[in-house]
Amino acid sequence: MQEHIQLDQKQINDDLLSGVLKTPRWWLPAISVAFLVFLIGMGAFGYMLNKGVGVTGLNRPVFWGFFMVNFVFWIGISHAGIMISAILRLTQAEWRRPITRAAEVLTVFSLMAALMAAPLVHVGRPWRADLWVFPYDFARGVWINIRSPFIWDPSAVMTYLTASTLFVMIALLPDLAVIRDRTTGWVRVFYSILCLGWRGTPRQWKLQAVAGILLSALVLPVFVSVHSIVSWDFAVQIGTESWHSTIFAPYFIIGAIHSGVSAVATVMVLMVWLWNWDKYLRPDHLDAIGRLLIVVATTWFFFFFVEWIFALYTLEGPEIAMRELQVLQWPWSGLFVLFLITAFFFPVPLWLFKKVRRSFFWMFVTTVSVNIGMWLERFLIIVPGTMRKQPFVFEWGSYHPSIIEILMVTMTFAWVIFGLLLFARIFPLIPLFDIKEGMVGRDEIKIGRRTVPASIRE
Amino acid sequence: MSRSAEVAIRSVIGLFNNEDTAADALDALNRAGFDQNEYEVLTGTPYPEGTFGEAEPVHKLYRFPLIGAACGFIVGLLLTSGTQLAFPLVTGGKPILSIPPMAIIMYEGTMLGAILFTVIGIIFESRLPRLLMGAYNTKITEGAIGVAVTTDEIKISEAEVVLKDAGAEDLKRGWETE
Repeated sequence: MQEHIQLDQKQINDDLLSGVLKTPRWWLPAISVAFLVFLIGMGAFGYMLNKGVGVTGLNRPVFWGFFMVNFVFWIGISHAGIMISAILRLTQAEWRRPITRAAEVLTVFSLMAALMAAPLVHVGRPWRADLWVFPYDFARGVWINIRSPFIWDPSAVMTYLTASTLFVMIALLPDLAVIRDRTTGWVRVFYSILCLGWRGTPRQWKLQAVAGILLSALVLPVFVSVHSIVSWDFAVQIGTESWHSTIFAPYFIIGAIHSGVSAVATVMVLMVWLWNWDKYLRPDHLDAIGRLLIVVATTWFFFFFVEWIFALYTLEGPEIAMRELQVLQWPWSGLFVLFLITAFFFPVPLWLFKKVRRSFFWMFVTTVSVNIGMWLERFLIIVPGTMRKQPFVFEWGSYHPSIIEILMVTMTFAWVIFGLLLFARIFPLIPLFDIKEGMVGRDEIKIGRRTVPASIRE
Repeated sequence: MSRSAEVAIRSVIGLFNNEDTAADALDALNRAGFDQNEYEVLTGTPYPEGTFGEAEPVHKLYRFPLIGAACGFIVGLLLTSGTQLAFPLVTGGKPILSIPPMAIIMYEGTMLGAILFTVIGIIFESRLPRLLMGAYNTKITEGAIGVAVTTDEIKISEAEVVLKDAGAEDLKRGWETE
């Protein structure tokens, strides 16, 4: 970090608790709109429960539509949080400090959105989920079928959600104590209970540091497994030959990281715009995440390229048929071009310029663009993949999402916005103790005739 | 020994403005004959270990994920093999126990067990939840460094004197047990 701003602990508490101890003027209208959109989506969901999945655009053979696209998209977004937080913690990267919590919280709400998007809603009868997921039927001896991806998905996603939530809560303890010490009455009681009586002894700080590293190391393999398993939902499908690809697991993981890291960058910009935390989130931080994004995006593009090369080189009928649909048939061809531009060819060349990487506006535009592209990527894998004519399926057709599906997809976006805003009102979105620790270990050292900022750590 | 015959444990806390004076206070307490278990430094931010000359905290956190992982693995193994054997789905003459899906669920079970036990371990080893705060000052989370002494009631006045002589401000008494 080249930029050096030294702040005392009181100043840090004042700044970073501004959204918790006071309600920003924009907060209530923003969260109300998000909640309203969420309620409208829930209304659409209720309508679908009442009428059945016939109210969606799903049909034979396009059994997977917007719901599964959205599921894979949100699982992808959820990956960034823990990935950014865990890898940067393990490598002790200084620029992680202001962004880890927002990234982790994004993970938690994205995972909830993924569960909301699918698989429960798109099966038509979600109240029967316990039949597939939980071993319950002791009387009749009917047990779950563990060979079904319907079991793999919940086990992986629920493990990841539990781990991410606990990760956030453990790292919150010291900051909750700060709020406890600054509040009175029932609010103080509330935070006193949540912080479990935190005092800030050397033992507690040491455990907090070890916990960060240990949980990071444990969550990373889970994060890899979750998107691998999501990709196997596709790859093990018997009916859709074009998805029978061994490269799907790493390809999905790197795609998830591409969209997820971009989402974290978007959230970083919004944190500066909404809460004025420009003393904590500097252009240096955006520059660092921009550099990371160039590497991630290029790796993702490599996997995308390899996937295409494998498909074309083998000249297998189902693969070629799907590629033809993706590239040559309207409207998929138009969406394909839009996907390539928004996911790679627009943002990545721009990120090569330092001015763009350090610009809040341009980082916002380019990272939102990536996620439009990555949503389309999942759409173009799922819909052309399922709609082409296949053996044993004697029907084929196209897919048009219904208003019910559109409302339910919008609901998941509203949910994530609602969740982040609600979290930021109750808990600090930037970890106070992490920022303070960075300030303690920061100094300026004189080298020749220059004085340069330095971060000192054990 | 009856409850009434026990010596009451009391605590006192003094605040210091910088790391050096807090470290000096710990030295003074040590010289005055207080055991290392009787005093502790309270800070609002993590400092490098040994900043105040305090004893290095010893913990056994690394055992928790290992035990959790073993438990999770066993539960995963029993769940996957047990359900398949209890409700056999014979598919094309293949073995009843299907290893690849079992591996997926056992892996997730192992990781979930490791993570849950780690979190329990963090809370346990941090000595949380703490129902009684003892001597505490809310200025600690604003940047002050607290040195808290928890000792027998008869020694508490002596601890106060040592802290005051070391430059402590805002001395406050608290209580641990009556």
